[in-house]
This record gives sequence, structure tokens and C-alpha cells, in this order.
Amino acid sequence: MLGYYLDLAVRSLKRNKILTALMIMTLALGIGASITTLTVLRLLSGDPLPQKSARLFYPQVDPNTLDGYVAGQTKPDATMAYPDAMNLLHARRAKRQAVMALTQAKIIPQHANEHPYFSDGVMTTADFFGMFDAPFQYGGGWTADDDENRAALVVIADFLNDKLFGGANSVGKVIRINDHDFRIVGVLKHWAPQPRFYTQDLGSRDYGDGDGVFMPLQTARSMDMGPEDTECYASVTDVEHLELAPCEWLGMWVELGDSAAVTDYKSFLDGYVKQQIALGRFKRSDTALLGLMGWLSDQQVVPNDARLQVYLAFGFLLICVVNTVGLLLAKCLRRSREIGVRRALGATRRAIFAQFMVEAGIVGLAGGLIGLLLAELGLLGVRHQPADYASLAHLDIQMFLFTFVVALVASLIAGLLPAWRACVMAPAPQLKAA
Amino acid sequence: MDIRPILSTLRRHKFTASLLIMQIALTCAIICNAIFLIGQRIERMDIASGIAEHELVYVNLAYIGSRPDAMARAAADIAALKEIAGVKSVTLTNQIPFGGSSSNMGIRADLMPQKDTINAAQYLGEDLLSTLGVQLVAGRDFRPEEYRDITDVFAALGKGDLNAVPKQALVTRAVAERLWPGQNPLGKQIYVGQGIPLTVIGVTAQLVRPNQFGEGAQYSVINPIRVSITQGAVYVIRCAPQDREQVLKTALAKLKGLDPNRLVLDKGTVDHLRRDYFQDDRAMAGILVGVCLALLIVTALGIVGLASFWVAQRNRSIGVRRALGATRNNILHYFQTENFLLTTIGIALGMVMAYGINLFLIVHYELPRMPAFYFPVGAGLLWLIGQAAVLGPALRAAAVPPVVATRSV
Repeated sequence: MLGYYLDLAVRSLKRNKILTALMIMTLALGIGASITTLTVLRLLSGDPLPQKSARLFYPQVDPNTLDGYVAGQTKPDATMAYPDAMNLLHARRAKRQAVMALTQAKIIPQHANEHPYFSDGVMTTADFFGMFDAPFQYGGGWTADDDENRAALVVIADFLNDKLFGGANSVGKVIRINDHDFRIVGVLKHWAPQPRFYTQDLGSRDYGDGDGVFMPLQTARSMDMGPEDTECYASVTDVEHLELAPCEWLGMWVELGDSAAVTDYKSFLDGYVKQQIALGRFKRSDTALLGLMGWLSDQQVVPNDARLQVYLAFGFLLICVVNTVGLLLAKCLRRSREIGVRRALGATRRAIFAQFMVEAGIVGLAGGLIGLLLAELGLLGVRHQPADYASLAHLDIQMFLFTFVVALVASLIAGLLPAWRACVMAPAPQLKAA
Repeated sequence: MDIRPILSTLRRHKFTASLLIMQIALTCAIICNAIFLIGQRIERMDIASGIAEHELVYVNLAYIGSRPDAMARAAADIAALKEIAGVKSVTLTNQIPFGGSSSNMGIRADLMPQKDTINAAQYLGEDLLSTLGVQLVAGRDFRPEEYRDITDVFAALGKGDLNAVPKQALVTRAVAERLWPGQNPLGKQIYVGQGIPLTVIGVTAQLVRPNQFGEGAQYSVINPIRVSITQGAVYVIRCAPQDREQVLKTALAKLKGLDPNRLVLDKGTVDHLRRDYFQDDRAMAGILVGVCLALLIVTALGIVGLASFWVAQRNRSIGVRRALGATRNNILHYFQTENFLLTTIGIALGMVMAYGINLFLIVHYELPRMPAFYFPVGAGLLWLIGQAAVLGPALRAAAVPPVVATRSV
């Protein structure tokens, strides 16, 4: 039966080539635009560490004065001051914990005739790599003792290892960063979580390549490397000694095994703040302990423009579907007589309905196929955009399949009304009119 | 023209007519908002900087740590840059309009802290006004003896000694009008930080802040402080527009010659800086224009398609009307009026939807309310598109000969 409907549908579509092309193209345009923007949105709002994100949390405390404070309604600042970060880090109340800040690392090349260049650097503590599942190609991270001893150790990214050592095992070799020698203890495999969740609010971009060098925080600070972003909550006279200044410049992450551990840590955090209030350092008692995905949505990482483009594209798709419904309906009404004849010869309503749905389905599949090409074209356009996530925009298998589901659903919805109109048509008047 | 027969015909084609109305309504709603968004972006990109944008080049160098001779090195650099042929003026400033980073401070017209503080960009640097080409509208520029070195100012602030801090300041007209509306700002005091009083000695026309335009795009203050070569400091050089490339090349060579260990972080013309600053807005405006065009085309084609079918379906009745004495013009007008009616209903519905979408955007994207004039713009566009799209099918309808009435097809 399906074969017959297919034959009928193709015949009917061929009869009005321009109209068929019009329907397919509008649907394709709508689907292409929707899939392009949706791919970008998915890329931007994805989970940077799917296997781990449920166990990672971002503690926040609030050292600000009571100016403009409304109890329970003021969010704590995104970053921490040095004393609090160190107190929480050394308390070791989570399974793993690390504090971090970003810095610009000037790399001096091995060969005399090459110019020095800047690489994105992370100043952090020992647990960073284990907590974030950063994969090592050679060697490994440093220990908590190295942190305390201010050891001049460094972990470098794969791209930096390729550039400096041609991809060979460089563990034990020495590189010069900001005019100081650092011994390489580990080389990462490709590691660039999207978005770069751990750099949120530490300055720098949200997407794109990973960082180049990872150094122990105390070591880097003793060598005068400064954080990219500093927020001060009281007036500052000495910007050189940031550790003592009333400024926030460190982000902290903790790994907590289960929900009981999360509750425990939150009460530990509240207790810490109460203690600081008693000591007179703190005025506000609010704390926060957001999970990784909650933290990203709190920070509104996904650019508004990307969301707006998705709305726009789906609005466009809606109009395309309405347009296709209209055209299919008009076409179906024109064929009243043909339907009348088929009904009079014994075709059931269900058969007529199926025939029209098959026709709509063909339009949908063709639209989806062309829409897929348009989406590829659209993503090619996105890759040429100036945004830092541009190079990541590729259609994946899931989106590929999703395209066809969208196309088919859109066209079947578009076909529903005309098919229903066709099957409820009474055959007699149509035949009489002829 | 009597619209009653048109209405009674449309009543017999409820589905098709309401689909067309729906499509027009949706298109109208989206187009109104898209045009509004485009307008917003263009407005952002058109922001006046108040500086001689086409005559400026800049060099941003990287420094590691702090060095004791930073002020002397800055002076040597500036002296060397001034010697370059074609250079009119040079400054070393802490920030530049449309540059990525910015240095801001809270200023108020009253000593009471937290009272009506506005956030303004703080520009520093010797000869800043003449180099950037900022216009002075009242008062005077700083005198050479009024400038202080930034290292001395920091040292004094660290000791809590306010005497070494230069007390003169220039403010933009926007700042003056915000703090002292309708008054003469010259000689007035502004308070910064812990209540350091500064005296306004001059008022400039526009001087845009480096970024964060939402805080008040023209809120800028200039202090007579010489900047040292620290992270973020930018050399700005003014020269004739056609000399820019050559001057920049020579300047880079000179700076490298004075200290080969420095890294050039960024360099170029301010024209470029502005273009880069707004590239996201430009891309988004481009996408919106594309979507508008695509929408109008899709809708127009939809109207053509539906109208063609309608005409074909009513071939016989058109023939009868012609046979009964209707002119070609009558038939043409019939279809045009029909389209006008449908479009108008669609537009009316679309306006309501457009308003709804705008409310949604206000809540979720902090956009302003759409000014009323965007509604007639969207309506006009759709009427135009509707009439243009229906013209072809309507002409075909008008060409149906009366003899069709006698055929039994």
C-alpha cells in the first residue's frame, strides 16, 4: 500500500514542480536555520565534564561590608580573598579541593632567535588535575608538599609541548617562564573543557583553546605573577601584596562524593563564615555552594545573542511550517475531484489520509536533507565569526539525526490539516460539480 | 469597493484564509522585533567617541613586574616617538576608548560617601587632550607644572598623604550635567575614593569610556597624572590619517630599539579598535537583516502560492463575473482588496504578538521597550510585500476571458 501512496505522492509533487520546490525550500531554510543555531547553543551550554560535573562544587563566601546589603537577597561575590581561600583549602573538608587564578605567562623559547610569547597560565594547587580529570600524556601533577615548598614545577599543555619540544616526552626538562626556570613534571593530553568552567570570573574568555601552563600558586606568586582579575571590597593602598589586600582574586572548586557530603560541606562553610564574623573579619553571613552546571547558569556563560538566535530561528521555522501548511492545503483543495473519484471507487478515509501524509512526509524528508546542507553551510558561516567559540561549531551525529526528526515532525504537522481536510471531504458533491 | 462579497468568499475558505493571516501575523511580529533589534545594534555601533579616531595609532606593550626606572623609561619612549616624522602628538595613557580593559572610579558631588555616586572612566596621561583630539568646551587644559608622576601619587596615597595628589580634574559635559544640572561646573568639587576633593578646571565635549557603555557612555574624568610603563599602559600617537601605517611601523622599530625585551601585546589604528569592539554587534545585525529578508521572501512566496491557487480555483466564477459585466480592473481590485483585508487582519494580530515578544525580551534580555514607530514600519513592509506578491496572480485573474463562464470545466 505504502508503495502505491509513494507513487501517488511523487506524481502529485511532480505535477506542480515550482510549488513543490517552494515548499521544500522554505522547510529547508527553516530547518537549516534552526539546526545551525541549536548546534551553537548546545555547544555553548554543554556540560564541560560530563563524567564529573555532578560532584564538583563552587564554594562562595562574602567578605563585603554591609553597604547595600539586603539579608538573603545579596549574592556572594564570585571570587575569594586569599586568606579565605587558604583557610578553606587547608581545612581539607572535601574529597579534593583546589584554588586557582589566571595569569599571563611569558614563555621564553629554547632557541635564541625566536621571540618570547604569552601563553594563558593557571596558578593553582595540587588537586587541580585529579579533581578535573585532566588527562596526562607524560608525567603527572605536583603534590601538596610542592605547593607549600614553592617548588618551581610546571605542567604544560599538549600544544605547548608540541611547539617547544616537538611532542617528545619533556618531563624533567626546564622552561623559562617570566624570567624564572620551571621544571616540567607533566604534559597534558588535549584538554579544553567547553565552556572553560574553571576560569569563570577569573578574567579571560569562556570558550576556545585550553590553557598553556599550570603552575603552583605559591610559586607563581613568589615570582610576582599577578592574577588577571582582581575585585577589591575596601580601599587598597598596596597592590603588590595581594595576599594581604582586601581583594578577591581566587576561585575555589571542591569535589564532594554524595549529597550527604554536600550538606556537610555547606554547614562547614556556614560555620566558617560565623567564625569569621565572630573574629570581626566578615559582616555578611551568606554562603553559596553551587554545583558545576548551576554555577555556569548562575554566571550566564551562554551569550544572550546565541539564545536570541535560537528563538529567531525557531520563529522562522514556525512561519515556514505555517507557509507549507497553507500551500499543501491549497493543493489538496484543488484535488477535491481526484479525492472524490478515489473515495467513490472505494478508498477509505484512512487511505486518503495516509496518502496525503506520505506526500507531506516526502516534502519533509527532502526539506530535511537540504536543510542539513544549509545547516552545514550555516555552521561554516559561524566558524568564520569572530567569537571565541567559533572554531568549535560542527554538526555532530546527534544533531544530524535530530535534523531529520525535526524535518519529519515539522512536515507531518504541516500535512495533518490538509490530510484531514482531504479525508473528511464528502465525495458526492465533488463528483457532481465535475 | 464593496467588501461584503469578499468577506463572504473568505468565510467559505476559513482554513486557508486563517493560515495566511497567521503567517502574516507571525512574520509581522518577528520583523517588528528584528528591526528594533537591528536599530539597537546600529545605535550602539554609532556611539560618538569624541576623539580624532582617524588620526590615532596605538601600541600596547607587555611588562613583567615593576621596575624602579619605569617613569624615566616612559619619558624616553615618548621623547623618541615625538621625533618620528609626521607625528603631531604622543601620550602614554592608562586606557583608550574601545580598548578591552578599563579603569573606573566612583565620583560624587558631595562629601557624603555612597551618596549618588556615578561610575566614570578615569583617564590619565600627559597631553591626553591634544593627542586624543578631545574638545574643551569650557575652562582650560592642565598646565605642564600640574602633572604628577603616577608612582609618586601611589606612594603618597599609601602613606595617607593627600597633598601629593593633583587636585585638578577635567570632566566631560555629560558628567557635569549629571552632577550639577544647569549650573556652571567650573570650580566645583568632585569627591573620589575616601573623599579626596578634586576641582573641576575644565569641561570637555564628548569622551567615551573604554567599555561598559551601559554605565553612562560619556562619563569620563581626566586627571593630570603621568603614567609609567606598566601593564595596560598604551602609547597613543596622533598623525595625519595617511601617515598612520608608516608612523606605526617606525614607532614599533623605535620602541624595540630602546628595549628589545618588550613584547608588543597589541597595536593598530583606533579605527580598527572600534571595528573590533563592535564586531559581535555587526555580526548579529547582519544575521537579523538576513532573517528579515528570508522571512519576507518566504511570506511573499507563500502569498503568491496561495493566491495562485485561489485564482485557479475561482476561474469559473471570475469568468461569470466578467460575463456579467465586471471589468478587468474590477477583478484586479477584488484580489488586491482581498489581500489587503487579510494582511490588515494579520498585521493587527501581529502587532499584539510583537508587543508580547517585546515584553518577553524586556524581561529576559534587559532590552528597552520598543518605540511605537517600529509598529507602523513592520505594518508598512507587510502591506507592501502583500500587495507586490498578489499582483501577479491578480493580473492573471484579471486576464481570465468571460468565455470561461460558458465552458463546463
